[in-house]
Amino acid sequence: MDTELRSLLQDIEALKGSLPDVSYRDSMAKIEERVVKITSITKAATSRRSKVKEMSAEVVDSNPYSRLMALQRMGIVENYERIRDFSVAIVGIGGVGSVSAEMLTRCGIGRLLLYDYDTVELANMNRLFFRPEQVGMTKTDAAVQTLSEINPDVVLESYSLNITTVKGFEVFMESLRRQNPKNSVRDDARSAGVDLVLSCVDNYEARMVVNQACNELNQTWIESGVSEDAVSGHIQLLIPGETACFACAPPLVVASGVDERTLKREGVCAASLPTTMGVVAGLLVQNALKFLLKFGEVSPYLGYNSLKDYFPTMEMRPNPQCSNSACLERQKEYLLEKPVRDALAKAKNEAEASLENESPLHMENEWNISVVDDSEMETLNAPKASDELPEGLTRELPTADKHQEAAALEGTSISSNDVDLEELQRQLDALNAS
Amino acid sequence: MEEWDPNTKSALTKIPLLATRAGPRDGAAWTQRLKEEYRALIAYTSMNKSNDNDWFRISADNPEGTRWTGSCWYVHNLRRYEFRLQFDIPVTYPTTAPEIELPELDGKTHKMYRGGKICLTVHFKPLWAKNCPRFGIAHALCLGLAPWLAAEVPILVDSGMVKHKDDEVSSVES
Ligand SMILES: [Zn+2]
Repeated sequence: MDTELRSLLQDIEALKGSLPDVSYRDSMAKIEERVVKITSITKAATSRRSKVKEMSAEVVDSNPYSRLMALQRMGIVENYERIRDFSVAIVGIGGVGSVSAEMLTRCGIGRLLLYDYDTVELANMNRLFFRPEQVGMTKTDAAVQTLSEINPDVVLESYSLNITTVKGFEVFMESLRRQNPKNSVRDDARSAGVDLVLSCVDNYEARMVVNQACNELNQTWIESGVSEDAVSGHIQLLIPGETACFACAPPLVVASGVDERTLKREGVCAASLPTTMGVVAGLLVQNALKFLLKFGEVSPYLGYNSLKDYFPTMEMRPNPQCSNSACLERQKEYLLEKPVRDALAKAKNEAEASLENESPLHMENEWNISVVDDSEMETLNAPKASDELPEGLTRELPTADKHQEAAALEGTSISSNDVDLEELQRQLDALNAS
Repeated sequence: MEEWDPNTKSALTKIPLLATRAGPRDGAAWTQRLKEEYRALIAYTSMNKSNDNDWFRISADNPEGTRWTGSCWYVHNLRRYEFRLQFDIPVTYPTTAPEIELPELDGKTHKMYRGGKICLTVHFKPLWAKNCPRFGIAHALCLGLAPWLAAEVPILVDSGMVKHKDDEVSSVES
């Protein structure tokens, strides 16, 4: 491209010199000017910034991190630079996952692992991030292409696979276990090599697979979802053993507040809006940043009803009768660690109390701002004692029947007698052939 | 079960229920589950044959029994339309049902997710969840694929998206 343009300029120059009629000079000069402009545009498009060794807080146009490091100066985040030590896995690089990946990339995250089995299609263009010229590429490769241009400091790993298959799941688990090659200090206490998993998949089956992996690896993750009618969404923090896992109770959905039948149109599987997906991606990454960089309060569940601009919140404890055995193991471990947790909490409270005694009393409230007491906030946000859900949330699926054979169907269960597998296969083959 | 048509309902109640809660990563328990899957499939297939309602063929594609392939067909206006059928047993099976794929119809109907996975009715997943782990592959075909074919094939044929194979061959030859 560059050499083409240069030789074009030379041709114009030569033509200019050989033109007998001076009146053409002006238009020739204009053509020349245009070529120069195109040359500079293509240069800008191909030039990449070089990697940055250390994050600087210096406020200059050339520093990509100055506005982020300002968070530290303002006292919002204690140590922003830590973001470079973190590895985040994003499962599902669709409307929510791709935007989340871009946000984390611009924030200067250390390492991103991207998982999806799909390719970019023109039908994806109503959503953010992917570009029409990427149609046909795998979503993970297209994402790596764009993200590495935006921020070459981020280590990017692309996994184009289906995590729900036995094979795909093995690769998924193995990649989550692998330690970040860039981190010099290894955290051997943890079995996972990532700090957080973000689930941005669009179906229940894949969420259950992420849940399985995270329960087995004792890995904290945040779930996200947008309803099939594209008008509501949610994020949910899942800490194995400590909070409800995705299998502990049927998934929660935000009720749209509008008659379901007016929304569910026959003949379409799913709708999507870049707005709802962008909002959910924003909520998801905000929660992820708060979790990783330890600022603010990390939301256990946050719903978004766009039709009513309503944001329900709640907390969910794990279910001691959960059907997922890895979840039960994590619950047991969590209970065993209770004395240690209590001691730590007590020490922290005492330290905070002594700090409070030393600090001067607040100045008179000259702006007349009402301040809510911490303890009041706690009661406001406290989880409901009963099983009832906050307004605007419903369960998506029923719980499994407790093997009461008569409940939904009356039928005969298969007795587990000892016919071997090959014999059964032969019987089915014979039936299929007849 | 009132949301299901009487034929689906009566077929479903006759398929033997399974008992073992095991997925493809569960070793010996999975082998036990596989035996139950075969028994249910054998019972369902023979039942269809004796009712003159044979409509699918399915068999395991690998020794582990985690991938299944076959075919299914539907008769519309006295002509038989046959499609390739495939699915993987997910690692979280039987908590989550297999996602049935008809690859030849990918992109031809809105009632399908990417990759040719059929879009199940809103009633399927709740019933599957409620009956876990007693439903298996045979139940998924009966509750998921059969109603889908009955609803979608006539639309696909009448709109010209799907052509009968005889018509396709003649148009290629002419
Ligand atoms: Zn659980």
